[in-house]
Amino acid sequence: MTLLETRPRTGAVAQTNPVAKLAASAVIALPLILTLDWVSAAVALALESVLFLFAGLSWREFWVRTWPVWLAAPLTALTIALYGATSGQVYAEWFVVRISEGSLMLAIATFFRVLAVALPSVVLFVTVDPTDLADGLAQILHLPSRFVLGALAGLRMVGLFLDDWRALELARRARGVADRGRIRRFAGMAFALLVLSIRRGSKLATAMEARGFGAPGQRTWARASRFGRREWALVAVGAAISTLAVSAAVAAGTWNFILGPR
Amino acid sequence: MTAVSPAAITAHAWGWRHASRRAWAVRDVTFRVEPGERVLLLGASGAGKSTLLQALAGVLGGDDEGESEGELLVDGRPAAASRGRSGLVLQDPDAQVILARVGDDVAFGCENLGVPRDEIWERVRSTLDAVGLDLPLDRPTKALSGGQKQRLALAGTLAMRPGLLLLDEPTANLDPAGVAEVRDAVGRIVDATGSTLVVVEHRVDVWLPVVDRVIVLGAEGTASEGLLADGNPQAVLGARGPELARAGVWVPGIPPLLPPAPVREPGEELLSARGLSVARVRGVPVAAGIDLEVRAGEALAITGPNGAGKSTLGLTLAGLLPASSGAVEASATLAAGAGPTPIAWRSRDLLTRIGTVFQDPEHQLLARTVREELEVGPRALGLPESETRSRVDDLLERLRLTPLARANPYTLSGGEKRRLTVAAVLATAPRVLVLDEPTFGQDARTWAELVALLARLRDEGSAVITITHDEAVVDALRARRFVLPAPPSAAMSGGVAA
Repeated sequence: MTLLETRPRTGAVAQTNPVAKLAASAVIALPLILTLDWVSAAVALALESVLFLFAGLSWREFWVRTWPVWLAAPLTALTIALYGATSGQVYAEWFVVRISEGSLMLAIATFFRVLAVALPSVVLFVTVDPTDLADGLAQILHLPSRFVLGALAGLRMVGLFLDDWRALELARRARGVADRGRIRRFAGMAFALLVLSIRRGSKLATAMEARGFGAPGQRTWARASRFGRREWALVAVGAAISTLAVSAAVAAGTWNFILGPR
Repeated sequence: MTAVSPAAITAHAWGWRHASRRAWAVRDVTFRVEPGERVLLLGASGAGKSTLLQALAGVLGGDDEGESEGELLVDGRPAAASRGRSGLVLQDPDAQVILARVGDDVAFGCENLGVPRDEIWERVRSTLDAVGLDLPLDRPTKALSGGQKQRLALAGTLAMRPGLLLLDEPTANLDPAGVAEVRDAVGRIVDATGSTLVVVEHRVDVWLPVVDRVIVLGAEGTASEGLLADGNPQAVLGARGPELARAGVWVPGIPPLLPPAPVREPGEELLSARGLSVARVRGVPVAAGIDLEVRAGEALAITGPNGAGKSTLGLTLAGLLPASSGAVEASATLAAGAGPTPIAWRSRDLLTRIGTVFQDPEHQLLARTVREELEVGPRALGLPESETRSRVDDLLERLRLTPLARANPYTLSGGEKRRLTVAAVLATAPRVLVLDEPTFGQDARTWAELVALLARLRDEGSAVITITHDEAVVDALRARRFVLPAPPSAAMSGGVAA
């Protein structure tokens, strides 16, 4: 399961506390979501690409993980170019399609924005280990440990569900019912998987309780989750990227607050 | 291992009834276990052994889960209130792995009990040592074998320093090597810590070297509710051996009744594999270079260590997975007009040709009642109603399922589910049967019934392919052995998947 892949990572950013990565991506994304201009997004993207060098991803892994973003960005931009709000000179028109100066500007802004918001989230989170994230959420953000640890233990079962689904498929062929009624069979398998997962879940809950999960008294944490200088630094880098991007947009006069007056 | 203060158990007319059931799971149980005693808890299937163990561990749930009567005390306090004083290891290795890394998983229990951080890691290292798991702390838990996972669960439990160690069929799902690993680890641990031990297990011979007392629970609804016997192992097994064996306990010296040897030589070839590689995930073959043939009236046992690809080979022979390379070919007799390649057959064509019993019965259950479950195959074949009824009635009777005909298949016990899935496959009378670990975790009675049934099918001219770790099955069926070698990767990485 790639979801639970745990291998040691190198690189300054990779070893930073997951909570800091969460905060940094939020700080970067927030102002970019609030504006609709190409300057802020392009500046943010340029600054982010420096950050990516320290993310602990190999060149190959970077592209493997981010290709959906690279696919989504131009597609979104194309849609906006063809159907976006019309303003300025109209270059082409066909049925409901209308490519105008304004829609092209919007398309470029959207292209950069999708990349600038999605790439840092993907890149920062590829190196997050679920166990470390759970430690951080519980110890630093003080989310309830029952909830965090329950979710973490449940996550481990996703791989088992995939195996279950394959076995259910084969078993239906073996029982002679796989020739017809594809939709009904799918529904039946989905229900069977639900039953199986509930049973697995309750077994897991028993195993966790048997190890004192939910026992009264203060819980301790075997792994310390620290939020130190490096974590603050990463959040500060995120904040700096946002600030520079917004300042550049305001200076260039392209700042376009989506909630503000048009 | 540090010594712990062993716990005492007092049960006084104790009983428990699940909220959804009318019958008591266990009732009128009275005994006392002194600190440091090592008890083997026996009883027929459904006698409530697991219920008693979970109650001792304090994980049986509150009033909404069921009703209790009498008293069950650990060190003089109600068992439900002394969680942490006892540690419970369950049967299913996969259900007990909680976290993704070995060290974190062992630490989990200590964290819950509020053990200081430095001490946790000390305990993690010493318990992993004690169970003989010499692995790096960041080794992913999913890469462990079944025996290793059980020892990991044992380590996680021991790290909590329980005064009472509770083991619920901890070796039932393991191959023979895994059984010995876990049993030996438990023996070393109770010697070192002096903790009280209660273990539930059908296979008495495995645990006799470790225990010094045997308690036998009576079956619910019989004259012998409560305790059937209690005392030192020799005395109890001597006096009650035959009775226990009839109830499904594997009593040393009383082997289950074995079927007679086949009366005829194997007949014509039904199925063959040539240069076969098998893969569960496309492009990742788990075993290669397989040549074998399957004959009518013959039992074939596919054996080999965990991870060798036995189940994958079984599913490929059964026409459920495509060959990675090479071919599986059905003879003209078996194909009966459906073409030589089983994987190309329609799902319905498989029913009368190759039947498969999956390792986990729950994967192949389709219906709401036991009777409907048996009707699935005949219905898919379009058999007349009267024919379907007579086949189903016959199977219900032969596999002791008649009283359960209207029960929901999911609510059956492990042995009942196994009998049901075998019966469901037999309902369409396939010429070739593929069974994946049919005797895993079964009590002696179910075991003997299954083996007798398979032997009869063999003698009636079917081909019976059994994937198994169980040497006794191979011998009892006089099966021809096909051994898959260990996967090369496991040998290189020091037997991780051994």
